[in-house]
Amino acid sequence: MDEARTSRRGLSPRLWLAGGWLILALAAATFAPLIAPQDPLAQDLMLERLPPFWLDGAESGYWLGTDSLGRDLLSRLIFGGRIAFIVAFAAATSACLIGSALGLIAGYFGGWADRFISRIVDIWMAFPPVLFAILLVAVLGTGLSSVIIAIAVIDWTRFCRVIRAEAMSQARMDYVESARIAGYGRIGIMLREVLPNVLPSVVALLSLEMGIAVIVEAILSFVNLSISTDDPTWGSIIAEGRLSIHQAWWVLVFPLITLILTVLSFSQFGEGLKARFDPVLR
Amino acid sequence: MLVTLFGVAVVVFVVIRVAPGDPIAMMLPPGASDADIARLRALYGLDKTLVQQFFIWLAGVLHGDFGTSISLRQDVLGLVFNRLPATLELATVALLMAIAIGVTAAILGARSRGTAVEAGIDIASGATLSIPDFLWGLVLILLFGVLIPVFDISGRVSPQLDLPFVTQFYLVESILRLRFDLIWDLLKHMLMPAVALALPLAAIIAQLLKQSLKEVLDLDYVVLARVKGFSETQVILREALKNAALPTLTLVGVQFTFLIGGTVIVERLFSYEGLGNMAIDAVINRDLPLIQGIVLVFALLFVLVNLAVDMMYALLNPRLRHG
Repeated sequence: MDEARTSRRGLSPRLWLAGGWLILALAAATFAPLIAPQDPLAQDLMLERLPPFWLDGAESGYWLGTDSLGRDLLSRLIFGGRIAFIVAFAAATSACLIGSALGLIAGYFGGWADRFISRIVDIWMAFPPVLFAILLVAVLGTGLSSVIIAIAVIDWTRFCRVIRAEAMSQARMDYVESARIAGYGRIGIMLREVLPNVLPSVVALLSLEMGIAVIVEAILSFVNLSISTDDPTWGSIIAEGRLSIHQAWWVLVFPLITLILTVLSFSQFGEGLKARFDPVLR
Repeated sequence: MLVTLFGVAVVVFVVIRVAPGDPIAMMLPPGASDADIARLRALYGLDKTLVQQFFIWLAGVLHGDFGTSISLRQDVLGLVFNRLPATLELATVALLMAIAIGVTAAILGARSRGTAVEAGIDIASGATLSIPDFLWGLVLILLFGVLIPVFDISGRVSPQLDLPFVTQFYLVESILRLRFDLIWDLLKHMLMPAVALALPLAAIIAQLLKQSLKEVLDLDYVVLARVKGFSETQVILREALKNAALPTLTLVGVQFTFLIGGTVIVERLFSYEGLGNMAIDAVINRDLPLIQGIVLVFALLFVLVNLAVDMMYALLNPRLRHG
């Protein structure tokens, strides 16, 4: 692990870059009403498809241009970040709690619990995840909570598989045996000894999952199945941009850059944290 | 394997039956009489209990009858078979590209281990891996559909072309018929969705295969080959690759199922007329029989891919072969 070596001392550059972008985006989303230069929903057909500020025909105050209904792109991106981060935190945390708990139980206790949980994971893995998400949201009805539930219901297996494998290898280690001899109960050992050792993996996966959740939300709003169509989301802006790609490329380019930076940051941040907090690597 | 498929069938069935929307209500014009509604419900078997509906459907499936699509009013199996070849061709082309790119990068990285080339490959594969197919698709649309419009960004084949095909395997058929104009047109449509699907998998292959190659390259028999005077590239191609490929193979199998799953949204993105695109329409139209059929076919594909990987692993692993 070359990367682990560099990040042993202090914060690595990638942790800084990734964390920096996430904090910036999160702050912008949190203070959206104060920061956004325009009302993200205000339509003005006199201002439709304005280009970004460095091109001819741009209007001041509309930095990244406008979409085909004359709505300010920058303001929509800032407000869209709110949905993205709410979904990222809520969905990833839920998936993490469900998956880690089941993975810990399956890996540490083994036996029929393991067989049962692993069987469910197998069944879940045989679903195309995007189709599963679209199906669930269609069933649950569009809305923020449906999106969060759908992601949690689908992606818990990511945590479950990794944590199960880690808990299994931890359960065979000497320290677990010593704790047992020292008189700790099985659940006590699982929570006090095994859990802290699998935590770095959980944290890395959690960060990665937040990026995935942002993407899934974008995909769902892309097929028009996320939250109500009025509120701007990164996916709905992308869907709009895909349609007007030949007339106004910026409507697709800016949300795409935002999404890529956010997803890259979540995954790099997770990897960086893992390298930093892994007791073995440290 | 069968348990998994049965589980998938149960889950889909339960999930879509608890859906609040009424597919019958969507089919009839407003003002339809109650008798009409009841007749249509009976026609599609929606008047029976959940468990009855499930076993009627399951019995049908086992006889190759997946029911009738509510929105398209055609046989589900026929619809699925009509679209499946397009998805299979796309996924296969994507897989081949992923292997080609991934293996090349891995060999290049292992050959020049410890140099800037390897570091570059590491960074590139790490970043490629973090960006999912959906975003790659959009990036490609912008780059090669709009900025430099060389490829087509929607559809499977140009509509003005006269198609001589008797099956839905357009690409396979045009290769067999040596119709290079059609091959070119199909590839022009397929290239971008295939690359979008291939890139994340290529990155995984590059990372994993490079790692195993580096491990194998320190083993005695490889050192011996080097002493014999083979060049580093020859050593990798002739000696190391075969043994290093095994761990990668298992992972590629799992990742290939992810790639197949990715076709759903990538087909949508490029308006490619495959199974995934039809699946999204089916969900939006609440076409229960069609959704069930498509999801089950996807699950079957996943299970078959895993089975194929297991068999290939047994075939390639000398310890299992002679054991």
